Amino acid sequence: MMHVSADVREDTTRPRADKISVKDLDFYYGDFQALTGITVGIKERGVTAFIGPSGCGKSTFLRCFNRMNDLIPGTKVDGTILVDGEDIYAPGVDPVDLRRRVGMIFQQPNPFPMSIYDNVAFGPRLHGVTKKPELDEIVERSLERANLWKEVKEILPRGGLTLSGGQQQRLCIARVLAVEPDIMLMDEPCSAIDPTSVQKIEDLMDELKDRITIIIVTHNMQQAARVSDETAFFLQEKTGQPAEMVEFGRTAEIFTSPKDRRTEDYITGRFG
Amino acid sequence: MADEPMTTSTPSESKSTLKLMSKSMYAKEAALRNLFLLCATAAVAGVALIFLFVGVRGWPIIQDPGLGAFLFGKVWSSSTDQFGILPLVTGTLVITIGALLLGAPLAVGTAVFLSEIASPRVRSVVRPAVELLAGVPSVVYGFFGLIILRPIIANLTGGLGFGPLTAAIILAVMIVPTIATLTEDALGSVVPGIREASYAMGATTWQTIYKVLLPAASVGIIDAIILGMGRAVGETMAVVMVAGNAPQFFQGLGEPVSTLTSQIVIDMSYASGTHRTALFGMAVILFLISMGLVALVRVISNRKKEG
Ligand SMILES: Nc1ncnc2c1ncn2[C@@H]1O[C@H](COP(=O)(O)OP(=O)(O)OP(=O)(O)O)[C@@H](O)[C@H]1O
Ligand SMILES: [Mg+2]
Repeated sequence: MMHVSADVREDTTRPRADKISVKDLDFYYGDFQALTGITVGIKERGVTAFIGPSGCGKSTFLRCFNRMNDLIPGTKVDGTILVDGEDIYAPGVDPVDLRRRVGMIFQQPNPFPMSIYDNVAFGPRLHGVTKKPELDEIVERSLERANLWKEVKEILPRGGLTLSGGQQQRLCIARVLAVEPDIMLMDEPCSAIDPTSVQKIEDLMDELKDRITIIIVTHNMQQAARVSDETAFFLQEKTGQPAEMVEFGRTAEIFTSPKDRRTEDYITGRFG
Repeated sequence: MADEPMTTSTPSESKSTLKLMSKSMYAKEAALRNLFLLCATAAVAGVALIFLFVGVRGWPIIQDPGLGAFLFGKVWSSSTDQFGILPLVTGTLVITIGALLLGAPLAVGTAVFLSEIASPRVRSVVRPAVELLAGVPSVVYGFFGLIILRPIIANLTGGLGFGPLTAAIILAVMIVPTIATLTEDALGSVVPGIREASYAMGATTWQTIYKVLLPAASVGIIDAIILGMGRAVGETMAVVMVAGNAPQFFQGLGEPVSTLTSQIVIDMSYASGTHRTALFGMAVILFLISMGLVALVRVISNRKKEG
């Protein structure tokens, strides 16, 4: 373990390439255009925060990266999103395969109504891992990386829903980590849970970002400032109009010297 | 109690109006509560009265020919005054199990299709069609079975086509709406988050259905199937028309049988004496079966709440 993380640390000194490149993205819910003209490069191995007022399309944008919006009838995407240089909306791309590489954590913890063990083993089993020793190892490793192992190692057969909200959220993180995704999308993962768990989740994000690209939507400016390397600010100027990405840059710069007036207003307002 | 926080923060003038309103509202609430209580009591009393009536009339069967001879007697024959209901119970059982084997998968499949697969447009056509099945009078099902299905079964099994297979197929269709509607409800009440989570984990629609949704809804689905079973056990008209109504032991899928309900409806018009008492006894048995099924649903649902 130590040895591996030492290697990875070395890696982080390399300049970070773009993991996800978005170009001229428009998004529609039926007739309603929710996003317009978004172009952005999201760097590998780091945390990118999406901030902005409610309804400005942060979740919508996030759900483009694992094509979860495909599940909503009538949605449409224009423009391109490349993940590792590959267009994920190209014909022939299977969203099911994509979602195995791009994990997602939701605002409400949503463990399956099955045991803690089975929750974490769910993804590997989908991939065809059936051997018990192998599954055991994946389950332990994933729970450890999700900062939950110590709390649940004695109660793995218990139902996932018997855990506290914060533990459930970490269980969901473990469930995602079990399939070794290289991108993890987190949609307000900390807004429905207790402070101790929030702390643990922020810690684990810090550990994970050495090898995983994390995108987090958050309404908590302190959290965005604490955990992220880059920040994107979204804004919908008027209701009924599509939202756009106003500013994107190093988190330190966005929070100390934003270039756009609107970013500054939002951030100072939210901090004040 | 509910008034207290309000009155402390309201000036004394409006205080009286509040009190007044709450008084008249309280009277209305109380009246409504009593009305509903009355409805509930009437329903319970109705059931109790029926049970009492049927029970009293059927009671003598315990003395003559005795409970054992009644329940486990192998011969039902009014000409020899033998009233053993074992052949009828077997008939009911075979037809019910057959109907469930055919109907439950069909119904659960329909529900899964409606709730997870069908587009809103397809759903808006299929769902009313399924619900319509529930509204078709059972004599129409029986008629269909008699005219269309019976000849087909006759070709398959030999004989005239009256028997458990024909009855089971007709009943299977009849219980589909019950099971499908309740199963769809069960799937619909699965927390939406876990459906999303499953897809986000890279599960296909089919994997989401059988690994996540069906297990999550399993209690509701089992309840649905038990209620469908109740419907199958109690169905009379359609069964009378296609089962053949020979109170003999089950001899094959194409051989005539009779059931508890169909024997009651056939014999009721002319039966007298012990024969009549036996029919009431059978009604008691039917009553106990449906009570048992309802109790089973209760037990299963409660078990879920606890764990
Ligand atoms: N399923 C949907 N169908 C139609 N419109 C939708 C749907 N989901 C979201 N929208 C609309 O798209 C816009 C962006 O919504 P989105 O949920 O992405 O915002 P958000 O930034 O995540 O907001 P919040 O911070 O409140 O989560 C909103 O105007 C919303 O009403
Ligand atoms: Mg959102």
